[in-house]
Amino acid sequence: MSEANGAPAIEVNDLTVAYREKPVLWDVDLEVPAGVLMAIVGPNGAGKSTLIKAMLGLLRPAAGQVLFFGRGYAEQRRLVAYVPQRGSVDWDFPTSVLDVVMMGRYGALGWLRRPGKRERQMALAALGQVGMEDFAGRQISQLSGGQQQRVFLARALVQDAQLYLMDEPFQGVDAKTERAIVSVLQELRRQGKTVVAVHHDLETVPEYFDRVLLLNVRRIASGPVDEVFTEENLRVTYGGRMPLLQRRSGGHLAPMAPDPASSEATAP
Amino acid sequence: MTVVAFPDLIGDYTLRTVALGAAALGLVSGSLGSFAVLRKQSLLGDAISHAALPGIAIAFLLTHSKASLVLVLGAAIAGWVGTLLVMRIVGTTRVKEDSALGIVLSVFFGLGLVLLTHIQKLPDASQAGLDRFLFGQAATLLQRDVVMIAGLGSVALLVAALFWKQFKLLAFDPEFGASLGIPMRTMDVLLTSVLVLSIVIGLQTVGVVLMSAMVVAPASAARQWTDHTGKMVMLAGFFGALAGVSGAVISSLARHVPTGPTIVLCMTVLVVASILLAPNRGLVWDWVRQVRNRRRMHMEAVLGDLYALARQHGGSEHVHAAGALEALHPGAHHELLELESRGWARRTPHDEWAITPAGETQAELQGRTADEMEE
Repeated sequence: MSEANGAPAIEVNDLTVAYREKPVLWDVDLEVPAGVLMAIVGPNGAGKSTLIKAMLGLLRPAAGQVLFFGRGYAEQRRLVAYVPQRGSVDWDFPTSVLDVVMMGRYGALGWLRRPGKRERQMALAALGQVGMEDFAGRQISQLSGGQQQRVFLARALVQDAQLYLMDEPFQGVDAKTERAIVSVLQELRRQGKTVVAVHHDLETVPEYFDRVLLLNVRRIASGPVDEVFTEENLRVTYGGRMPLLQRRSGGHLAPMAPDPASSEATAP
Repeated sequence: MTVVAFPDLIGDYTLRTVALGAAALGLVSGSLGSFAVLRKQSLLGDAISHAALPGIAIAFLLTHSKASLVLVLGAAIAGWVGTLLVMRIVGTTRVKEDSALGIVLSVFFGLGLVLLTHIQKLPDASQAGLDRFLFGQAATLLQRDVVMIAGLGSVALLVAALFWKQFKLLAFDPEFGASLGIPMRTMDVLLTSVLVLSIVIGLQTVGVVLMSAMVVAPASAARQWTDHTGKMVMLAGFFGALAGVSGAVISSLARHVPTGPTIVLCMTVLVVASILLAPNRGLVWDWVRQVRNRRRMHMEAVLGDLYALARQHGGSEHVHAAGALEALHPGAHHELLELESRGWARRTPHDEWAITPAGETQAELQGRTADEMEE
């Protein structure tokens, strides 16, 4: 574990973000210990992507402070990797899979250096980690949605960061991609790295993540999944629009219809 | 017999100057225009070139000089101010980018026209000829103009080469670039500035009205031929130079033919040819692929029927009259011949048809693939 100076991977204090007076995030406090997998959960418009973008300085917050391993983002950039939503770019852009993955090295390369042999090898290794090594030379417009997502994940992996911020990595992906992402998440946790991911599928939260942030403009709750991922908290988070979930004894949540086939497929 | 002399590009001073100037400006605007097209900012070139017109007029009014460098400097400043205004409008108001571009384009262009009209009424003999900036007049290019085009153009290309990585990120995924710590706003301003530069050096030759074609068209044509960013930029530069030279030379040979429209016509030929003919993305290949697919599907359908008939009538020894197959599939004759040439069907001397063992294997394979696709 690097940067283990005892500081949490992320510390957010009083973060408020507003678009034209309408608050999107209101006074959010959050602490993410190093070495955990954390899901950000909440309804549409809850500010999940906004939170990630504000943490990265892509949006200017109205108030608040974000620290990564105890310092501001500008100082800790090399330790943080970002996986944007795959819908945020034009996949008809004339470039290859390998080129996109090498973009993850652009920050480390500095202003004028071009990616070379070393960057190629790192990119190929990252593509191997997500099961895409055979696609290195492929034009990106030929990829399926799941493959696009894995390319974005590989681009973050070549950054060799300590903390990964992912915006909906599981959004609309096929089963193979879901398995690939889950195995990458587990590998990252094994290496002591921290992952924070916006996640939509409530059923898989307890399976994939060990901590959760329930967000709806304000922070509703955050902490270990066992403690805070309760029906009560979800009701507060989602209001009347709570997805179908079933109560398990003890107030914790279990998937609505346990389907042996699908749970086998997604098992580690 | 009259032989139309091929224009002597080497010996003729005027032609050589015009061709060199047009090649340089086409190369620069085509290459840098690729970034505008990839960033879906095709309209930006139009706004910059139109916004440059008042700059030319004001530069003349202030200096009473018609030296190209002075006028180009005025054009660059006005084009740049116009662009910053667009960014400002988009950033601070709820006006969308396309509207902001339209507003700036028409307001600046209108102002430029008013100033040009005013200048033409001045009792100053030196004012003649500023209107060449509207539609361009390649024949007015002097050697020092070409030197200026090449010099400023080299600066623009050099900047693009140095900041290649950053500009590529800016075009593909600016937020990711910002997360890496690259100052994307600065990169945006820098890229826009060299785009302004690449546009203003073409105004004397192409004119403000049509200069945006030199930014957008070469890149659009180049995109058809390649899936590689670097190759696209280079090909766009080549297309720009090619159209520039052909148009400028043609217009300088004929009298009173404005250069801008001639260059744009040459560019149009390249664009149309690229949209139609380029492999993969070209419409003609699309069409060929469709026809081939349709043929193959027909053939597979006929083979499937032969297979089914053989099953119903006790094996591949059973033969069927061509007419019966024709009834099932109008026009089946062509497909049957194709099947025969592949060894999947055989014909008896009485024009009757039967499936071959190889054909049966193929039909079974087809059936399996279809099942898999349905799953």
